Amino acid sequence: MKHARLVWKNLTRNKRRSILTVLSVGVALFLFAALQSVLTALDATSEVGSESRLITRNATGIVFPLPEAYTQRLRAVDGVEAVSWANWFGGTYIDSRNYFAQFAVDEETFFSMYPEIQIAPAQLDAFNGEKSGTIVGQGLMERFGWSLGQTIVLQGTIFPGDWEFVIRGVYEPDNPSFGDENMYFHYDYLFENSGESATPGWFIVRPSDPNLATEVAARIDGSFENSSDPTQTETEKAFQAGFVTMWGNVGFLVRAIGTAVFFAILLVAANTMMMSSRERINEVAVLKTLGFRDGLLSRLVVAESLAISVVGGVLGLAAASVMLANNEMLGSILPGYTVLPSTMLQGLAIAVVLGLISGFVPAREAARLSVVDALRRVA
Amino acid sequence: MKIPILYNLRSLRARPTATLTTALGMALVVAVFIGMMALSLGFQAALVETGSTENILVLRRGADSELSSGINRDVANAIAALPFVAKDASGKPLISPETFVVVGLERRSGGMANVVIRGVSPEAFDVRTGIRITEGRTFRPGSGEIIVGETLVTRVPNTEIGESLRFAGRDWEVVGHFEAGGSSFESEVWGENELFMPVFRGQVFQTVALRMEDPSAFEGVAETLEADPRLAVDAHLEREFYANQGTLLGDILRFLAVFIAGVMAIGAVFGAVNTMYSAVDSRAPEIGVLLALGFKPRSVMASFVVESMLIALLGGLIGCLIALPINGLVTSTTNWNSFSEVAFAFRVTPTLLVAGIVFALVMGVIGGFLPARRAARRPVVEALREVGS
Amino acid sequence: MALVELRDLTKRYQTEAEIISVLEDVDLNIEAGEYLSLMGPSGSGKSTLLNLMAGLDQPDSGTITIDGSEITSLGPNRLADWRANHIGFVFQFYNLLPVLTAFQNVELPLLLTNLSKDERRERVEVALNVVNLSDRMEHYPRQLSGGQEQRVGIARAIVSDPVMILADEPTGDLDAASAEEILTLLERLHSEFNKTVLMVTHDQHAAERAHRKMYLEKGVLHQ
Repeated sequence: MKHARLVWKNLTRNKRRSILTVLSVGVALFLFAALQSVLTALDATSEVGSESRLITRNATGIVFPLPEAYTQRLRAVDGVEAVSWANWFGGTYIDSRNYFAQFAVDEETFFSMYPEIQIAPAQLDAFNGEKSGTIVGQGLMERFGWSLGQTIVLQGTIFPGDWEFVIRGVYEPDNPSFGDENMYFHYDYLFENSGESATPGWFIVRPSDPNLATEVAARIDGSFENSSDPTQTETEKAFQAGFVTMWGNVGFLVRAIGTAVFFAILLVAANTMMMSSRERINEVAVLKTLGFRDGLLSRLVVAESLAISVVGGVLGLAAASVMLANNEMLGSILPGYTVLPSTMLQGLAIAVVLGLISGFVPAREAARLSVVDALRRVA
Repeated sequence: MKIPILYNLRSLRARPTATLTTALGMALVVAVFIGMMALSLGFQAALVETGSTENILVLRRGADSELSSGINRDVANAIAALPFVAKDASGKPLISPETFVVVGLERRSGGMANVVIRGVSPEAFDVRTGIRITEGRTFRPGSGEIIVGETLVTRVPNTEIGESLRFAGRDWEVVGHFEAGGSSFESEVWGENELFMPVFRGQVFQTVALRMEDPSAFEGVAETLEADPRLAVDAHLEREFYANQGTLLGDILRFLAVFIAGVMAIGAVFGAVNTMYSAVDSRAPEIGVLLALGFKPRSVMASFVVESMLIALLGGLIGCLIALPINGLVTSTTNWNSFSEVAFAFRVTPTLLVAGIVFALVMGVIGGFLPARRAARRPVVEALREVGS
Repeated sequence: MALVELRDLTKRYQTEAEIISVLEDVDLNIEAGEYLSLMGPSGSGKSTLLNLMAGLDQPDSGTITIDGSEITSLGPNRLADWRANHIGFVFQFYNLLPVLTAFQNVELPLLLTNLSKDERRERVEVALNVVNLSDRMEHYPRQLSGGQEQRVGIARAIVSDPVMILADEPTGDLDAASAEEILTLLERLHSEFNKTVLMVTHDQHAAERAHRKMYLEKGVLHQ
């Protein structure tokens, strides 16, 4: 520790340079945390799907519905405990930019299947008692300034016409990545007002034993193999993960950008360290004359670069956690967007690596420096 | 009195490490900027080029995508009979009532891709003039044959000519491949509408694409169509319709490009500031000499800003070189309007390269400004004294 | 046995055209407590000899034995430790670290020892007292005159109580009055504290102050 002062003095000798370098590293780590958290959010989206629920959909494609009569046949499949169904409504509220998801659900079976959707029992009763009732997420209520009992009108894109709904309940998810911007309403309401043309978009199946989910899924698909509409059944988690992959190779994009950021800042930091140490060649030679070992001198250089990048990293990560974690705007675009402790730790590790590498060349130079040459150069 | 640029070039050569590391840092920023913009451009271009400005796409009123639209045969027939529809040499209206569905197909790389299966009329190739068969031939009506867009061939198996692609419970024989100028049509499978209709969604088309006799009359034509109570349809200029589907994601990508590159640029500019300050400090005696010789402080300042811009220019050029190879690289994402996968190529255009270099130069000017001002403000005497020490 | 024994010390430099012989078979004994001066024209090898004795440079042949250790055979780390314990080096251009105060500059060599903070403080104060700069402890080098800077340099050289002080033209950059102060100080180190001092100088007057004078010319030592 007694050498800490030397490191500190060297850091503060050119304050502007040290601060600028610290800030560059900070900016880089901020960017790292921001990008990495996009992956976190996407992971959370696929994680939010349960392993103990199965989704049965039309094997031809997700846009093809299934006959309602499948409900009974699904219930009869061995190992199936409960069956529910839902449909994608795809309505527009005033303007297509006000995007949110609307699901027509079978109220009797759906909510018991989804304990994630937490709603006051009285509100659920009120919802059940009203044909055009709807339950919406707390996030939507805030986003549009809705109030309980308000009537809202959506324009159907799949099911034409103007659709009126009365807000009878507000839910909160038990987990932020589930999202609090969904809307649920009665499947019967959709069915009756679509000229009875709607049929279930997908079925949700609860196996009696979650450990047998894959076997049950295979049994379901087997039993519909030769029907007019063969099915494809997978765990809800796999189903959700399929949606995430639809965005394309986001992981690769994030990694590519992250790598570029890392190297760009590595160059900045390494250049700073090289400039600093080149200006101090003479002093290193003096310290060697005083009996400082080569190893100690290179450790002092590395300590300096480590200090710069760790301080920068901590600043950048702290800024990220303050500005990005629990950021409502980001949270509504990407449910589950949050800066995880593991992201912070990863960021810190990156900062350490950055410090070690950027100090490496000047540290080696310091160790290899010949006192005689260095002092003669000055003289 | 200008200080010759040669002086800056020599100075940069005298400090190769600092010059190169700083330039490379900027190069990476420029590369990320160009890369992200190329992604955005490529995606939007794929959708923009899907539509023609001479065509109208008719959807059921209120439908926001081809998928959610539905148009009955009699409505399609009524539209075909309207006067503003262009006719071919034999007097047939250039109109293509189309079925549009999205099916899940296995990807070569694993997982499922949502692929558009489009049923078109025999006139479709005269309506959509950008389609060109690159291999094989087009499908014969009534035969169960299909043609496959070129980018889909690389991503989905069983799409080579002579192979059978299975979807909707039956096999379809691939008889041709087509290209469509990099548009999203190249991610689709095309077959005959009359054959697809019963297989998929019953006796209904999804959309009607038609060629206008007089493209400049679009506004009026659209009004006529939308006002006709028998039809209950919306009419879109085809190009606008598809372009709009790419607007949101394109905007997001462009925002990300500017945001990410902007934040990175802050770091790189700080690096440039450090380098330039170091250059100014180590050249104090030279600056003193220049000032003593009678060069104006303004010229000294300009000279250092130019030096910083030279570093940035080098960085910008290297950045362009790093980004160039991604041009044409094909990637894919989902068009959420139609729920289908769109493959598209990164587009590194000359304009984009110029933008990248301008971006670098801006970084150079910002990074060089303060150090250059310091150089110009240095009192001559003080600068010269350092020569003696 | 003498404190310093140089035997057949030879050092050559290879330039593009030729091999330049800097030191040629130099033999030298220095007894503990001696005060020597070494003169010679520029390029005669004075600094090289000093660097060799400080273990900063390696000879091409010959041996250097100081206080019983043969230092040409030591590895770089052992050599650094040996230097910290045995040699106090005084530079022509002082070579103080500009970011450290006088006190901190003097303390530097003690950072390599196991001394506690208080012990270090005590030693530094003694050393600064010897060079008569107790009232300038918290000054930075740029706040000191050349002579004062050199006195800090001398304090730094003696603070770890080395067996020998090597001074490379310690008055070379100073005005006459300051130079006189420094010479007096070196003399006191010799007479009062019984230090062995070897001073390289250009200055005939300075050289006269030493008790034993040597002259180096074209790599050959005349005693």
